[in-house]
Amino acid sequence: MRHTKKDWLLAGLTGLSLAVILLLLAVLLGQIIWHGAPVISAEFLTEKPGADMISGGIWPAIYGTVFMTLLMTLAGVPVGIATAIFLNEYASPRSRIAKVVRLAVNNLAGVPSIVFGLFGLGFFIIFVGGSIDSLLYDDPTPVWGKPSILWASLTLAVLTLPVVIVTTEEALRTVPRELRDASLALGATRFQTVYKIVLPNAKGGILTGVILAVSRGAGEVAPIIFCGAANFLPYLPTDLRDMFMHLGYHVYALATQSPNVDAAQPTLFGTVLVLLVLTFSLNLLAVIIRARSRAALRP
Amino acid sequence: MTEQVLDAGDGRAPAVNSRRRTTLRPRRAKSKLASSFQTPLWHRVAERTIAVLALTAIAAIALIFVFIAREAVPMFWEVEFAEEVELRDLFLAKEWKGYDEPVFIWQPVGEPAKFNVVPLFVGSLKVTFLAMLMSVPLGIGCAMFIALYAPRAVREIVKPAIELLAGIPSVVLGFFALMVLASWAQAAFGFHFRLNAVVAAIGLALTIVPVIFTIAEDAIQSVPQTLTEAALALGARKYQVALRVVLPAALPGIAAGVVLGFGRAIGETMIVLMASGNAAIMEVFDFTTSVRTVTATIAAELGEVAQGDPHWRVLFLLGVMLFGVTFVLNIVGDLAIRRLQKKLTAES
Amino acid sequence: MVILAQNWAQAFMDANPGKVLQVSGGGSGTGLAALINGTADLANASRPIKDKERKQLMKRRGAEAHAFRVALDSLAVYVPAANKIEALTIPQLKKIFRGQTTNWKDVGGEDRPIILYSRENNSGTYTYFKEHVLDNEDFAATAQTLPGTAAVINAVSKDAGGIGYGGIAYSQGVRTVKVAPADGDPIEPTMENATSGKYPLSRFLNIYSVGEPSGIAKEYLDFVLSPKGQDVVEGVGYYPLPKEATAATE
Repeated sequence: MRHTKKDWLLAGLTGLSLAVILLLLAVLLGQIIWHGAPVISAEFLTEKPGADMISGGIWPAIYGTVFMTLLMTLAGVPVGIATAIFLNEYASPRSRIAKVVRLAVNNLAGVPSIVFGLFGLGFFIIFVGGSIDSLLYDDPTPVWGKPSILWASLTLAVLTLPVVIVTTEEALRTVPRELRDASLALGATRFQTVYKIVLPNAKGGILTGVILAVSRGAGEVAPIIFCGAANFLPYLPTDLRDMFMHLGYHVYALATQSPNVDAAQPTLFGTVLVLLVLTFSLNLLAVIIRARSRAALRP
Repeated sequence: MTEQVLDAGDGRAPAVNSRRRTTLRPRRAKSKLASSFQTPLWHRVAERTIAVLALTAIAAIALIFVFIAREAVPMFWEVEFAEEVELRDLFLAKEWKGYDEPVFIWQPVGEPAKFNVVPLFVGSLKVTFLAMLMSVPLGIGCAMFIALYAPRAVREIVKPAIELLAGIPSVVLGFFALMVLASWAQAAFGFHFRLNAVVAAIGLALTIVPVIFTIAEDAIQSVPQTLTEAALALGARKYQVALRVVLPAALPGIAAGVVLGFGRAIGETMIVLMASGNAAIMEVFDFTTSVRTVTATIAAELGEVAQGDPHWRVLFLLGVMLFGVTFVLNIVGDLAIRRLQKKLTAES
Repeated sequence: MVILAQNWAQAFMDANPGKVLQVSGGGSGTGLAALINGTADLANASRPIKDKERKQLMKRRGAEAHAFRVALDSLAVYVPAANKIEALTIPQLKKIFRGQTTNWKDVGGEDRPIILYSRENNSGTYTYFKEHVLDNEDFAATAQTLPGTAAVINAVSKDAGGIGYGGIAYSQGVRTVKVAPADGDPIEPTMENATSGKYPLSRFLNIYSVGEPSGIAKEYLDFVLSPKGQDVVEGVGYYPLPKEATAATE
């Protein structure tokens, strides 16, 4: 096929847009690694921050992020997987309930993160926490009805639910129908088929979804501003009702509230780098597992 | 009917998937699933649990709406609210003391407090529009390049790179826009405001491009090859095929991507909070001014007001309105994708 | 004030191992809102509590607010280091932040548009500035509101036409200008001028409690007012309480 000038022009223009994006990405990563890497040291990763937020390390923020993410996973993932199993294995695609659930999942995926923050505050903290308090205690000082790592995790569990559902469903769909048919034909019940045949075969894909959700949840800041993140808390949370430090929130706080922004820059870049490494390594893990499980399913 | 769950949330999973699923399951499978007498009890319990848990997403959407609205609606009857704020001042211009003409003002602290939400929505729409102006051509351009021109090796590198971009937390992009982009942009364009709508929009565009790219690329890939081959066989050049056959055929999918990207942009918080300058200026056409968006206003102010205060109610009202806007956008995007799939399956 | 609270908390926790304090940030409104909502035991605020907040506190927590003066601050006006302007009067500042004066040449500087930087609107600093400089009139809509004084400083330092305001403790990387009352000489925001009350924009920083503080809150407050606690104040860059003004309850 001959290429004319116009062909080259179109290829050039579309290629240029790709180049712009890749360049911006490279600049962003380059800046963060260039300024951030020299800051990273064993002390930076394992010590608590000094009172000026600039000296010392960011260990409580790392710990808080991981702890919160873990709680979020425990709360959200089982629900997400159950929903995907229901949609893919039980509900008939034409059933009204499946349609409504799908619509809800799609919509949930598009709800702005700050609205999740309002939801966490209005529902978990004021309604659920407040109700627990009024049932258990007479004292007007809230025990449960205040920002904490528990409520932040639950809020993020709702936020990441669609990611888990969508990726799990995709994983379930890759399991060949013949396997299910064979299992059912041998007299297994539908649940036995799901439990013994479908889930083990979709394991890799489901894990991918879980990791993607974790990576998404670990980086979200807007929902936790009111739900439990603390500016400065050089101690690790030991109780579900404690507030906690968070890497993403720490970046925001350092960039806007440290007394000397220029002096804070190295710490800031270092914190950003740690946050990025955390989310990227999770993403990378997800990509690897996905590739492997796809290879395993191929005949 | 194709099985499809739209993924607006993270832009990672392919959103248009034209694979069809035909099921061989018996018609009554659902009602019979737990009835067989040899099934152990815990199987039945587990199945019930799964069915109940599957309703969580529906419950979540409903609870989000109800519990945000619950904090906002008392404004319609509370005396405390009426004493401080007139409802129509939330939306209409008013000639406040000290001003020569009716104005739209967001100054929620002071005597009297001025809660006009119009400048905030103007700000949100302005920065969103700008971000779309940048990310739509970029996203579609990237998708066309990858689908039509790029050699396999490039594709293998670019797709993970864009997934990487999608995986960057928005606070990091906000930080990048605030610390790096803002200074560069001012040096390059001599902006009056260092932090302005353009800088925030560049940051936003970086989150939207992956959304649009992913959907557009899927839409282009799913254009039936018979169409392109027929066009080529008729003697069309490649660019003609690209622009007149592939692009129009993929348009509904691309449109869905644009709608979802728009919803994503208008709801983004951390980037605009950090990089837009947050001045509630009532200025529609000058894109180099600072803007204060709905999302940044909620994030910056909600922590500072007491529960039940009029200011608190107005901020939750903003949340309800934001939820409403994105809800509608999601449904529109969803419908567009469904229509696309129907059309494609009918053609092939 | 967040930074001061953090330093106090750190010093207190160092002095009393095993006792843990949580510090959350934002403006004065954040602390008072948290106090009203019951999520904090003590609130730092650089502004007096409002009547409305007192009422809300009474209604929700069932107790009166108690105020303690804990430090002294001069609200400084910042310009970038390269801006040679020496002093501004309060009326000039008002016109600048109202958006009526828009070029530095109108107040004796070079020909350059003025860019306003302000604080988020429920911070004590914002409220104080609005009351004492703007006579309760509105800030110009073009004033960019940033979520912390540090962000204001950072923005001003990078913006040749910028002007901002904030607590004295933050003034690194920018110049503070002298401020003159409507009918007086320009005064520098030094510790002496703040202590003597000569600097027109001096204010006390307060800690609020619900009812009489008790337990760990009381210990903390005693620590803050002790010489050790006041050393922290100076270390951070605010001014310690003058001797005659110790811990007066409102």
